[in-house]
Amino acid sequence: MRTANPSVPLLAAIAVALTGAAVVMVFFVAPEDVDQGISQRIFYVHVPIALTAYACFGLGAWKALRLLWTRGERYDLESYTAIHQGTIFGALTLLTGAIWAKASWGVWWLWSEDQLVLFLVLFLFYCAYFMLRFSLEPGARRERISAVYALFGVALIPVSFLAIRLAENFIHPTVFTRDGPQMDGSMFGAFCVAWAALLLLAYVMYRVELLGKRTDANLRLLRETLTS
Amino acid sequence: MSGYFSDVAALARKDLRLELRARDTLPAMLLFVLSTLVVFHFALPSESGDQAAYGLLWVALVFTALLGLGRAWVPEQEEGALDGLVLAPCDRSAIWLGKSLATLAFLVAAEAVALPAFALLFAALDLAAIAGVALASIGICTVGSLVAAMAAASRGREVILPLLFLPLAIPLVVGGVGSSVSADPGTYLAFLGLYDAVFAILSWAAFEYVVTE
Repeated sequence: MRTANPSVPLLAAIAVALTGAAVVMVFFVAPEDVDQGISQRIFYVHVPIALTAYACFGLGAWKALRLLWTRGERYDLESYTAIHQGTIFGALTLLTGAIWAKASWGVWWLWSEDQLVLFLVLFLFYCAYFMLRFSLEPGARRERISAVYALFGVALIPVSFLAIRLAENFIHPTVFTRDGPQMDGSMFGAFCVAWAALLLLAYVMYRVELLGKRTDANLRLLRETLTS
Repeated sequence: MSGYFSDVAALARKDLRLELRARDTLPAMLLFVLSTLVVFHFALPSESGDQAAYGLLWVALVFTALLGLGRAWVPEQEEGALDGLVLAPCDRSAIWLGKSLATLAFLVAAEAVALPAFALLFAALDLAAIAGVALASIGICTVGSLVAAMAAASRGREVILPLLFLPLAIPLVVGGVGSSVSADPGTYLAFLGLYDAVFAILSWAAFEYVVTE
């Protein structure tokens, strides 16, 4: 099954090309936003990064479910790697979101931004995943406990989002509404290319990290066999 | 099915009996929640009003629950009792349900002291607020006893549990605070009910994977 996957160097090359195309489209093709000016262009980075992070968490939970379902050991590493990538992209979402908030509203953090608050909760949740994982002895039990926790994460995403929406009613009586820029064709195109580029980039990073971790595990096994 | 529930009742009864004999957890929870309320009196500036106090009540409840959850699986850890339970011919999820019920009993006992104390020291609580506490307690104990079992399997038990539990408890705090301060508590109570249902089913299904080797 592994061999049927397209090769990592090819995917990496496509990801680089797409990222280049996305940069060109974002800065030269998409029109300047009338309200926010140049700072609106971070939208093409921020939102695709956030969606990519969701995709990574989703992949991590899917691999976790496969692990519990089939007891295939290799899903453990795949689930862990996907969540690792998701956490990296989640941190980037918080960072780009803070920059955008500073540029648009003059503050680094806004509690009325649902998506940003959700990412903060998720970031804390998945940081705890790593704490948990590295505090368990390696083995079947660690694999399963990590998988259960990863599954809780995808249940937490919609529940937290609902909670944050509800919390606005008593924390911010007037709901902050940002008029989403009405995207025209070239804006939407730039957005889609940027999203595709980041998704592919995340996938390439996932594959590279997985490859490294597998090599690591194999080497350790080999060393143990040779010394014993 | 009646066998399942008698297993659950036996497991919960075992925890309550242990507590009656050793008194490890409940006195600590009661003292802790009262101390926290006193600390909050000094932490709140006098003009901050009742709204802030309702928020702090929830902080007190969540941390008191954490204190109880931290000790929830200690009896099972000693002398390999958990292995025995896992090997016993009963459904594994019964272990989780029994533990959830026992922790719920401790938490309700702590709340039976904390809520009157809060009403006396800070602000009155209406029926919606109490319903919010009841619904959130169910969520706290169902999710809490599962993540406490995860934390108990790890090396850094006491340190890991709050890290695992607090992000999961944020929606409960939102629902609980909303039901005590909002003019329309129905939405928040419904949300708490939804949370309880989703996470109870998830924990019930997942518990087996947490305890088996």
